[in-house]
Amino acid sequence: MAHGATHESSVKRIWYVFTLLSIATIVEVVLGIIKPQFLVETKFLSMKLLNWIFIILTIYKAYYITWAFMHMEGETKGLRRSVVWTAVFLIAYLCFILLIEGDYIYEVYKSGFVKYNF
Amino acid sequence: MEATVVETGTEGKTWGGGNRPLKASYGKLMMWFFILSDALTFSGFLAAYGFSRYKFIDSWPIADEVFNHFPFLHGVDAPMYYVALMTFILIFSSVTMVLAVDAGHQMKKNKVVFYMFLTLIGGIVFLGSQAWEWKNFIQGTYGAVETKGGRILQFEDAEGKRVGLSDIAIESTQRETLERSSGLWFTGEEETLSTYTIEDIKAGFAANENLRVRIQKLDEKGHPIVLSREESVSTLNSDAVRVVEGANLHRNEYGHPLFGNFFFFITGFHGFHVFTGVLINLIIFFNILLGTYERRGSYEMVEKVGLYWHFVDLVWVFVFTFFYLV
Repeated sequence: MAHGATHESSVKRIWYVFTLLSIATIVEVVLGIIKPQFLVETKFLSMKLLNWIFIILTIYKAYYITWAFMHMEGETKGLRRSVVWTAVFLIAYLCFILLIEGDYIYEVYKSGFVKYNF
Repeated sequence: MEATVVETGTEGKTWGGGNRPLKASYGKLMMWFFILSDALTFSGFLAAYGFSRYKFIDSWPIADEVFNHFPFLHGVDAPMYYVALMTFILIFSSVTMVLAVDAGHQMKKNKVVFYMFLTLIGGIVFLGSQAWEWKNFIQGTYGAVETKGGRILQFEDAEGKRVGLSDIAIESTQRETLERSSGLWFTGEEETLSTYTIEDIKAGFAANENLRVRIQKLDEKGHPIVLSREESVSTLNSDAVRVVEGANLHRNEYGHPLFGNFFFFITGFHGFHVFTGVLINLIIFFNILLGTYERRGSYEMVEKVGLYWHFVDLVWVFVFTFFYLV
């Protein structure tokens, strides 16, 4: 909330955050184009290291957009938690359940119970 | 004597009523909860995309082979440059939006107008870019053929360079599209005919020793499997039933039909959000010009549409990662 005393400009911080977001995006694009062999072939928790980097950078960007641009850092604890926690926990659960299920179906297809290429 | 208890004993406490525990106006609060529900909708779509991708993990199209166009660079392989540019455009319009909100806090009308204008331009440029992206996706580049089992066969030469249908077929024996004007009555719209028939492709492929078939399956390293010349000829002759050019909701030349469906649906839904965002920004822009918020003494309305606009940017960050990078 910008009522009351906080009328001073935060232009500097905005450009700072923009720089951070730009650097993260450039790193993502460069990695996506050159796809270093080491990162593609090394796996962590059965996902490529490269994909982990992409996802972590994405969450990093999402954090800055929400906290700085959407000004979540200035909201009360109650508002912040009711929005962020709800999203984080529900989305994490949804991804967990759907990706496990998708992988299971892949295994069923692969082990030949279903003929799908005839 | 009082018949009803009007005292609750919580007066003055945080949730006792009559105060604003979250210290946000009604409108802003509701915008946050709308954004929350919309975020869950989008994550539902993206999680469904992830589900289908895990399900067909060894045959999913490779994004930087699909999205490799850049304006005025025909035939140049430019993987992801354009989406990266789109991402920057959207992030930048988010920056101008937050600058507009900041100027609003200081009640500087002209600055708000200027930054809102830039935000609008950014949104419109992004929408145009997305339309161009769709055009390329729908038109396709190389073309492919579909097998009886609904799988896609793509073509490349002995050096591993992709080859388009027009370089394979020697001639086109495709018939003319039947139209009502040529006396075809009482029928619905005919399915669009491909440029070449499947027989044209088979004949052209047999004549050119240099060609190979790439099947819709990835090896352990994530590269599409390429068949030998003999296998290519026999697979093409026994399995191929249809020529596929570009993409629609039923099939696409890039691989699994679901890839096209998710692309249209998720980027379409996001584009629709951008479109409504631009409309709302436009309304607010005119209100600023008319001095509505100057008279109201607060630019909070700019802050509220700003929240929505940043959310659209936030979603794009995720779409960019999961559709183009991962």
